[in-house]
Formats: sequence, structure tokens, C-alpha cells
Amino acid sequence: MQPSPPAVANDRRLEALFLHREIEEFNNAYAAALDDNRLTDWAEMFTDDAFYVIISRENADRGMPVGLIYCENKGMIYDRAFAHEKTEMFAPRYLRHIIGNTQILGEEANGDIRARANYVVVQVLYDRPEAKLHQVGVYHDKFRRVGDQLKLAERRCVYDNLLVDNALCLPV
Amino acid sequence: MMLRNADMTQDYVWPNDDLTVIPDWVYTDQAVYEREIERIFHGHTWNYVALEAEVPNPGDFIRSNVGPTAVVVARAADGTINVFENRCAHRASEFCRELRGNARAFICPYHQWTYDLKGNLIGIPFRRGAEGKGGMPRDFDVKQHGIRQLAVTSHRGVVFASYADDMEPLPDYLGPEVLREFEATFDGRKLKVLGHYRHSLPGNWKLYHENLKDPYHATLLHTFLVTFGLMVVGNRSLMLADKSGRHGVMASAKSDAKKLSGDAKKEMLAFKEGLTLREKRFMNFIEEFDSPWSVTMATIWPNLIVQREMNTLGVRQIVPDGPHEFVMKWTMFGFEGDDEEMTRHRLRQGNLMGPAGYLGLEDNEAIKFVQDGMRRVPNGTHLVKLDPESPQGTADTLISESAIRAMYRHWREAMGL
Repeated sequence: MQPSPPAVANDRRLEALFLHREIEEFNNAYAAALDDNRLTDWAEMFTDDAFYVIISRENADRGMPVGLIYCENKGMIYDRAFAHEKTEMFAPRYLRHIIGNTQILGEEANGDIRARANYVVVQVLYDRPEAKLHQVGVYHDKFRRVGDQLKLAERRCVYDNLLVDNALCLPV
Repeated sequence: MMLRNADMTQDYVWPNDDLTVIPDWVYTDQAVYEREIERIFHGHTWNYVALEAEVPNPGDFIRSNVGPTAVVVARAADGTINVFENRCAHRASEFCRELRGNARAFICPYHQWTYDLKGNLIGIPFRRGAEGKGGMPRDFDVKQHGIRQLAVTSHRGVVFASYADDMEPLPDYLGPEVLREFEATFDGRKLKVLGHYRHSLPGNWKLYHENLKDPYHATLLHTFLVTFGLMVVGNRSLMLADKSGRHGVMASAKSDAKKLSGDAKKEMLAFKEGLTLREKRFMNFIEEFDSPWSVTMATIWPNLIVQREMNTLGVRQIVPDGPHEFVMKWTMFGFEGDDEEMTRHRLRQGNLMGPAGYLGLEDNEAIKFVQDGMRRVPNGTHLVKLDPESPQGTADTLISESAIRAMYRHWREAMGL
């Protein structure tokens, strides 16, 4: 029989497990908010100083900053949410966000948690039979505890399909 | 090569000669599309291919297109920029697959035929055969078998190519008025590329030109333009068409939307009273150009849009792919010497643009709707009758389609249709 590991190491592993689970739950709630078109709820998942960008892998790999959506703070994320809900003209559609392969990568000096996860966004237009893979990419994240909640201090969505199919009408 | 009549699939009749009614076959017919490649993109036109800032050093190259045709834009050791087809002279393989890079030569991966940075054929493996057998014919002349090289010109850091070898200089091609707006944006400062957008669009490529020769839509479709006074009835504005009708510039001077008349507001569903942004800096216009206009959208025939929307700047390249589809490649830029805050301002304002932009996504959707409408009702026509006082050409009202009619006057001449 193997000796059981010391309690301290067990605590650390449990802590990591809880955090991993917590971030997965966060991402599930994030996907649900977007899939249900609750964009104000989506905006609430960010810290006030959050950075949110959807950037092509082509640009990201070369250190070029241009993003499909580029928000430097929660105000800009709210403006996006409001515009997509209330003012933007686009054909009605359903979206489905699938988030997986979550990894915790480490901790920043300020305590923010670095993580990543793969994502796919599937889009259905009302007049087409197919559900199309609209975007596939990776989230590069920084999570922060605010009160008893996790919030995103940074989400950089780096997408692989460089050629966007017509328009990206909702956030990812 | 002329298309023979037998290649055409129907009678290409215009409902009338004043161009106020456009037949749908202009946008949906395969034979018309193929003639456009020959007579427009491969014809007597300057086609945008790159910014010089994308190929600053010898050996730098990017993949680009002239019409649907893939080309390579490369800077040679002597500093010249060269444009040649991305198609091996041997078996037609599209040999350059990287979006960009730096190379000493291009080697086709299939049989390793090798080309220099100008597209000249410089190497053929086993040209004389092996062990005395095989190989190319003795009289094979490599000089006769380079890649098809295009004429190249560059103006203020913007590179154009042409299949025609008798093109007039670019300033003459643009004409003085469009040149003036071109040079207001490309004002001599060195460009700094900030990144790209790429998207497909399921519509005919000409609809993109028309959208930017149609100031009427700008005042109706786009809440952001209207509500924040970027382009709205009552602004000082101009829809310029050059003498030939092929190029245009939509221009507007930003105004205070609060001063709009009540009547104008009632006409515009897109006007949202009381809409405010949490990010107040978003709509700031930092004056930096020698121009009366805060917004200009230049349509340079046949494949370039120059976007100067306040401080977000970009060029958009149209790559047609059949009558029902095209690809857009956007290159967003600022200038060398922009400080970090100015770059961030351009990036923040860039939320207006691209396939997720507050304006960009609406345009892409609207153009798709038009193509859907044409595809699903055969033999239709549609109207561009606004502003009969300006039959074809420049208009000083936003409620006008005269620049679209001017474009079709040119298109009909070029196409012989």
C-alpha cells in the first residue's frame, strides 16, 4: 500500500480542483448568457477595467492589435451589449457557444488567475438548414475575484477562421 | 479575348437608357461576371494590391489578388515592388501559400521551378534530364516562361497593379477631385499597419461600391452615423463622382445631432433620441487632416475602398469570387509617430468597422439581403431614381443615387453591355 500524501498537498490539489470547476462553471454561465441573448448579463461578467477583444490569430501572432470587437473597459462592453440588443440591424439567428479544454495557467502578481479555454460558436440562420461553425478559437483569460464572484479582467478571443463568414453579429 | 455572343446566356437588355432602373442580371449572371474579369479587373484599370508598409524590406512579400486572380506582391533586392501571378508557369500551381513572409526566391513546391522576386524563371530541376535522357527541349527559353508580371505603380505608399501595359499615371486615373481626397488621407506621413480583417460576403462585388455611392442608406440604416451626427441629413456633405463615373467619394462633416430638425428625425427610424455611450471618447474626432470632411469613403474603381471615418483609417480590397460572392480584405492603419493614446483611439473607433463593426456588420447584412432578393426572384429589376436633378455624377444632397448611375454609365461602356 502506498502511503497517503500529506494533508497539505491534498489541500492544494483540492483547491486547484475547486478553482478549475469554478472557472468551468463561469464559462458555462458565460455561454448561456450569450446563447440566450442576455447581453447585459454577459457585460456584468467583466470587471470595470476589463479588456475584451476578438482578434484574428493572424493579427495576434504578429502582435497587431486590431480586433473585430475591441473594448478597453466595461463601459465599452456595455455599449456593445446595448448596440447589439437595441440598435444593430442584422438577420435573426441562433447562436450556440461551446467552451472546453479549460486550463488554469497560473497567477499574476496582482492575484489575477491566468487561464485558457477553447471555444466554438455555431450559428443557425432561420432560412438555412445547416448549423454553421461560425467561429473557432481560444480564450486567453485573466479572472479576478470581486467579492464572492469571479469576473473577467481580460478575455482575448483569438479566432482561427481568419475569413469571417459575412458578419459577426453578436459577441463570442 | 472577346466573349462570343454564344457565351452569353440571355438578352442583356436595360429597361431604359437613363440608368434609373438596373436589371438583376448585372449582379447574378455568370457570363457577365466572366466578362468583368476580362474587361475590368484584367482590363484597363489600376487594381489595389498592397500598402508599401506591408513589404518594407527586400524579400518581403504578401499574397494578394487582382480581381479573383491570386498574385504575389514582392519587394526585390533593388527596392522595386513587383506584382506577378501566383501561378507556376509549369503546371499552374498556386505556389505561394503563406499570407506574407520574406524570401530570396519563390520555389514551386510541386516540381521546384524557381522564380526570383520579380517573377522571372531562374531554375528548373533536371532541365537537361538525367543520365542523358529526358529533360526540357533544347530550345526551351526560360525568358519566355516567367510568370505573368503586371504593371505596378505606387502613390503615397499605396500599391496598384494592372494587366494593361498602357495605363495612365495613377493621378490621371483618379482625376483631380478624387486624387485630392486620396491625398488628404494619405497625407505623406508614413503608414503603420495595425492589422487586418477578412470576411466573405454573399453578394455581388459591385454592391459594395454602390453601398458607398449611396449616401441615402447611411442616413437610414446606421443608427450610429445618424444618432451621433457623423452622416446625417443637415450635415455639410458631398457625394462626389469623378468625370468617368467609376470613382467616388462620400464625404460628410460631423455635426451636432441635437440640432437636427424635428422633421428630419421623424423620417429616420435609425435616430435614437437619448442614446448615449458609456465610453464618451469613442466618437471623438481628433483633427489631423487637411480636409473639410470628418468622414470620407472613397471608392476607387475597381477594387479599393479608402476609409477615413474620423480617426479610424483603413483600405478595403474587393476580391470577387463569382457573381454571388466576394471576399473583403481590410488593412487598418495609423501613422508612424502616433503615440500610444492615438493608436488606442484609432482602435476604439475601429469598433465602427469590419465584419463586427457597428456600421460594417449592418452593411454586410444589407448587401446579403439585396443578393438574396435578386436570386430568389428571376428577371427582376430595381430602382435608383433618387435625385433626378443630378442625372449621373456628383450630388450635393445625401438623398441621391446619381453616383450609382454614373458608375453604371462607366460599367456599360467598359463591358459593352
